[in-house]
Amino acid sequence: MTFEQSLPYIFLLLMAVSVLMYAVLDGFDLGVGVMLPKDNRNYRNQMIASIGPFWDANETWLVLAVGILLIAFPQAHSMVLKELYLPTLFLLIGLILRGVAFDFRAKAVTGYQNLWDKLFKAGSILASGSQGFMLGLYVMGFEYHWAALAFAGLSAVCVTSAYAYIGGAWLVMKTEGELQVFAAKKARIAGWITAVGIIAICITNPLINPQVADRWFSLPEAILLMPIPLMSFILLLVTDIYLKSVPVSQDKACWLPFMSVASLFLLCLIGLAYSFYPYVVPDKLLAVDAASSTASLKFIFYGVAIVLPIILAYTLFSYRVFKGKTTELEYY
Amino acid sequence: MLDTFLLSRIQFAANISFHILFPTITIALAWFLFYFKVRHDISGHPVWMRIYRFWVKIFALTFALGVVSGITMSFQFGTNWPGFMERVGNIAGPLLGYEVLTAFFMEATFLGAMLFGIKRLPSWLHTLATFLVAFGTSMSAFWILALNSWMQTPQGFYLVDGIAHPEDWFEIIFNPSFPYRLLHTLLASGLTASFLIAGISAYRILKKDDKLAPKIALKTSMYTAAILMPIQIFVGDLHGLNTLEHQPQKVAAMEGIWETKQGAPFLLFAVPDESERSNHLEIGIPKAASLILTHELDGEIKGLNEFKGEHPPVKPVFYGFRIMLGVGMLMLIVSWLVSFKLIRHKTLSRSQLLILVSMAFSGWVATLAGWYVTEIGRQPYLVSGVLTVAEAVTDLPPSNVAISLTLYSLLYLALLVAYLHTIFYMARKSAAVEEFETDDVSISKPFHHPERIERLSNNSEIEANLPVSSTLKP
Repeated sequence: MTFEQSLPYIFLLLMAVSVLMYAVLDGFDLGVGVMLPKDNRNYRNQMIASIGPFWDANETWLVLAVGILLIAFPQAHSMVLKELYLPTLFLLIGLILRGVAFDFRAKAVTGYQNLWDKLFKAGSILASGSQGFMLGLYVMGFEYHWAALAFAGLSAVCVTSAYAYIGGAWLVMKTEGELQVFAAKKARIAGWITAVGIIAICITNPLINPQVADRWFSLPEAILLMPIPLMSFILLLVTDIYLKSVPVSQDKACWLPFMSVASLFLLCLIGLAYSFYPYVVPDKLLAVDAASSTASLKFIFYGVAIVLPIILAYTLFSYRVFKGKTTELEYY
Repeated sequence: MLDTFLLSRIQFAANISFHILFPTITIALAWFLFYFKVRHDISGHPVWMRIYRFWVKIFALTFALGVVSGITMSFQFGTNWPGFMERVGNIAGPLLGYEVLTAFFMEATFLGAMLFGIKRLPSWLHTLATFLVAFGTSMSAFWILALNSWMQTPQGFYLVDGIAHPEDWFEIIFNPSFPYRLLHTLLASGLTASFLIAGISAYRILKKDDKLAPKIALKTSMYTAAILMPIQIFVGDLHGLNTLEHQPQKVAAMEGIWETKQGAPFLLFAVPDESERSNHLEIGIPKAASLILTHELDGEIKGLNEFKGEHPPVKPVFYGFRIMLGVGMLMLIVSWLVSFKLIRHKTLSRSQLLILVSMAFSGWVATLAGWYVTEIGRQPYLVSGVLTVAEAVTDLPPSNVAISLTLYSLLYLALLVAYLHTIFYMARKSAAVEEFETDDVSISKPFHHPERIERLSNNSEIEANLPVSSTLKP
């Protein structure tokens, strides 16, 4: 395969990387929003402070993922967004609400601050749920019969709880004391819901999609695939054991839950990608057929090759600047 | 009956109008913040940090609104205008991609360090973060205006079965209208931010804020506006000449000229009538339009009748142009008068401060009006001569678009009210704060010697004898 011919696949890979970065990074800050407690203002302040310096850049990975879909696979971009018109609307409304609530809550008249917190939580749930619903419909190839819709609903619950899971794990890493224990408790519940959701999806997906069943259960691939569910199971278990023991003495390995949930996300993505490669829209559109002109792909490829490492470097820089336990957010 | 086409157009117009309000502030406000921070680093005077701290909060709020409305925009290309990406995606895609890669990530990442990092970073690194945010917002404007200009004056591509393919990226990016549009938009941002800073600072002073910060901010912003405004008139003129060369039908609509004319008048007022193809109630300056556009009294300007069926709707372009010019003139007069007063008398009267407050958002009016002129002036094309707007629209049922339009409109309206409300609330709140809290001093690193504060306070550069409180008291 020449360089030109492999470009669509390179962009497919880049899109997968952006989606993973998005799911992990915006996943944790959406998750923190999802689990915002109604009755404890102090917790809310600390929780939001922990994501303050990051949420904006995290959300940019979504723009990049959609951007790559648009740049590299314009046909797929039109098809996906047309099919998902209303879920996209709700996703965007969710993102708008939480994005602005974050800034308004700190600046608005005191009487409105609780309202902005409620909108922050509502926006986070709406955005997470819509993403899961969209993912479900996408996996089902945009069918709208009852089974597909039920699957999308299941996927919405699963994605929302997965975000709460990684959000809780983030808080275990970034906070201490009572809030850390609170977060660990919530993360455990979210973890169990996520686990049940993943299992349910793994059962229903091949039942509804025959070609997925074909890919998963034909030998010898099935044996090669075994490490994925096995490792997922181990990660879930390790995370659960750790979360159960919070507060750990001297806060040892407080990063462990976050890293293992992030790894779990990676495994889920690999599973998803394996099920549908080389399609960019399951069963409808092959990556090669949807790709834009080689000249355009090349032009943007050089940019990506140069800029993406820089982006990763300063993202790392930003996380290093704000490493350690969260302190109060101060605008100076 | 509203169809999908019209609903999608209204939705996109509502969305982009709402969106542009925020970047047009943040692009220049970021550079103002960089300036404040550098002044602080050089002088060590805490007042610069106070100004920085107040405006960085407004920046953060404005930026957040810009980000969320911008994300909505990027989705709308796919949801409502699939034809746009299918036909010119090979060009538009990479330009948008470069915006994400070279601008979005940079501004979003360093925004965190800029807003919350000052105690965790050495001062120079924090200043650098501020610079990178400013640079990122300007880069963002660069790419998005490159694409927008290409849609107005496309070049550097070839068509295969109606689909555009890139031929020369340099020609695509630096298309004929791009340099003018970029400069014109950046200057508009500078003026919008200047009048916002001046207006809110004036509001604080009127609320009995006697601190140094709002006075210095007001002075800085008005001097900036007084310098930028004449440059803007010059650049705007060049932009107009460029439009005359490449999109004469737009200029004809801006000037309300129906029949090709030598020595065309500049119409101060008129009611263009597209069914009769003439104007009512014309009031004009003889030969002025020809003079401005061709630099000759009897220069020929092509009329709208030369472009029948291919020219934009006349009324919005005609009125939009006059609103933009009117607000621009007002900005010129106010910024010069205020600057003159500040240099000569070092004070402003209550009524002058009130005028500044009322003009706090004048930049929004001018920017929107100008944006409507150029974008409606492109109609009926989405990409001039290549793709019409009607060809690009989705085939979704109108009900879907009606739902999204309703929800977006309500949300935008609520957010706009909340935004304005919050900004004035923040101004009132900081009016009540004491001058120089102790932690101001601790964070201003170069500020080691207590005696420097004395010296700097007496420094005429810092000293702003602006509205002396006695002139404000009734």
